[in-house]
Amino acid sequence: MTLSLAGVSRAFGGVRAVDDATFTVGDAEVHGLIGPNGAGKTTLLNLISGLLQPTSGRIELDGERIDRLPPHRVARKGVARTYQNIRLFAGLSAVDNVVVGEHQRRRAAFWRRLCLFPSARREEQAAREAAEALLARVGMRERAALPASSFSYGEQRRVEIARALASQPTLLLLDEPTAGMNPNEAAAVARLVREVAREGRTVLLIEHNVRLVMELCHHVTVLNFGKVIARGTPAGIAQDPAVIAAYLGEGP
Amino acid sequence: MSDLFLAYESLIAFVFINGLLALSVYATLSCGQLSLANAGFMAIGAYTGALITLRAPAVPFLAVLAASALLPAVVAVPLGLPVLRLRGVFLAIATVGFGEVVRLFFVNWDYTNGALGLVAIPQRTHLWTLVVVLALSLYLFGRLRGSRTGYALEAIREDETAARTMGIHTTAHKLSMLVLGAALAGLAGSLEAHHTFIVSPAGFGFGRVVDMLVQAVVGGTAAFYGPVVGAAFLTVLPELLRELGARLGLAPGPFRLFLNGAILLVVILYLPNGLVSLPARLRRRAREAA
Repeated sequence: MTLSLAGVSRAFGGVRAVDDATFTVGDAEVHGLIGPNGAGKTTLLNLISGLLQPTSGRIELDGERIDRLPPHRVARKGVARTYQNIRLFAGLSAVDNVVVGEHQRRRAAFWRRLCLFPSARREEQAAREAAEALLARVGMRERAALPASSFSYGEQRRVEIARALASQPTLLLLDEPTAGMNPNEAAAVARLVREVAREGRTVLLIEHNVRLVMELCHHVTVLNFGKVIARGTPAGIAQDPAVIAAYLGEGP
Repeated sequence: MSDLFLAYESLIAFVFINGLLALSVYATLSCGQLSLANAGFMAIGAYTGALITLRAPAVPFLAVLAASALLPAVVAVPLGLPVLRLRGVFLAIATVGFGEVVRLFFVNWDYTNGALGLVAIPQRTHLWTLVVVLALSLYLFGRLRGSRTGYALEAIREDETAARTMGIHTTAHKLSMLVLGAALAGLAGSLEAHHTFIVSPAGFGFGRVVDMLVQAVVGGTAAFYGPVVGAAFLTVLPELLRELGARLGLAPGPFRLFLNGAILLVVILYLPNGLVSLPARLRRRAREAA
């Protein structure tokens, strides 16, 4: 799935949180989105997932415009995401969270369940098993039945990633997936992201851990004050004077 | 035994009617929406049923009930589309407004005798009718739980934004539950009208929807049967304690309100998940003691 943004802007009052952003994320690519705090990274993710509408510009998935669609329609195009401040369903167990994530690829037909058809039961069993398999993938299989609110920060992030993968997305948006994780957990997430990309899914991730970005991403886009200030390979970005200035400040 | 049954038949009927009404409020609560329009929907259902029975007695009761559920359900759609954009207390206020509009409409409608209402409605509601309707409604909610739709409703209740980005059409789900609640409230209204012989606007005021809500909360909204348990408890208890109220010098009406308030307070403070969470809580306490 190719994601392309052309001249995307979003203003909040007089503040241009995202200002004329143009870049492309190639198919099955791991693309890093970095920048100082307040650069507009999360706003950009909200624009892609349909939670916000751009003030101007176009967002396209494989050439199809998605920037005027409501979030649930964007999700049905194959976009899934996680959140910087973790939005698990706190009252539900880990496995139930992931089952909800399967929503759009499951077949509904509530009447079959109402009439106690065995096919409905089988479908539910399959949904649950798929959810458990995903939890195993993020190392949370043993804790599947526990409520999401009982998990540590890192565990919650892993369940949230499993929930996002449950829809079998073609574009996965990760907002600081390793924040609050220890180095082992972060390395496990990095492995998972690489696997996901190998399955042919496109990944766009916001990440502050520079080493992780360097290792993981094929391409990186750098935002500052809502503007794209650099695009390229991780190695190229690291040499870019504009990026260095944005992160370290201008020299005297 | 049969004497006892006859003496309490009306009370038992109200256990079922109130159970249905508490379920109708639970419908929207189950996806996190506090809608207080149900006294209005109930009124629409009650008047629809009573008018058909009075004007066209040949219409079978099943068809009367179907119409009493359908009309409020249809009204719920144009109401829901704008008001379900509102959240929390704003939704509650807007729906209270709807309930009052419906009540005032019937107060001023000459065709239904205004504030006096309709009287001498033939009794067509039997106890078994109520048992069947409540059982079917409970079955519906029981099957909803654990289904794809049921999961979507829980997701909306927990975090609407996250639910939306997972492909859940939140407006459609919320509207469906509002419509379902309206249908159940209308059904309950019609069943009540055909049980008590009369329909008047006074029976559908703000107090009525507060009763439904209190019953649902006291019973517990974490389980679909909680509201029915709460309705049964709060319908029967004032009758059992009627003697006590009389000794305290309180008339049955005020005494019931006092009891409702006191029980609600106790439940919210000490049993926030309602009466149905009591067994699990006692078990846990016993385990901890052992």
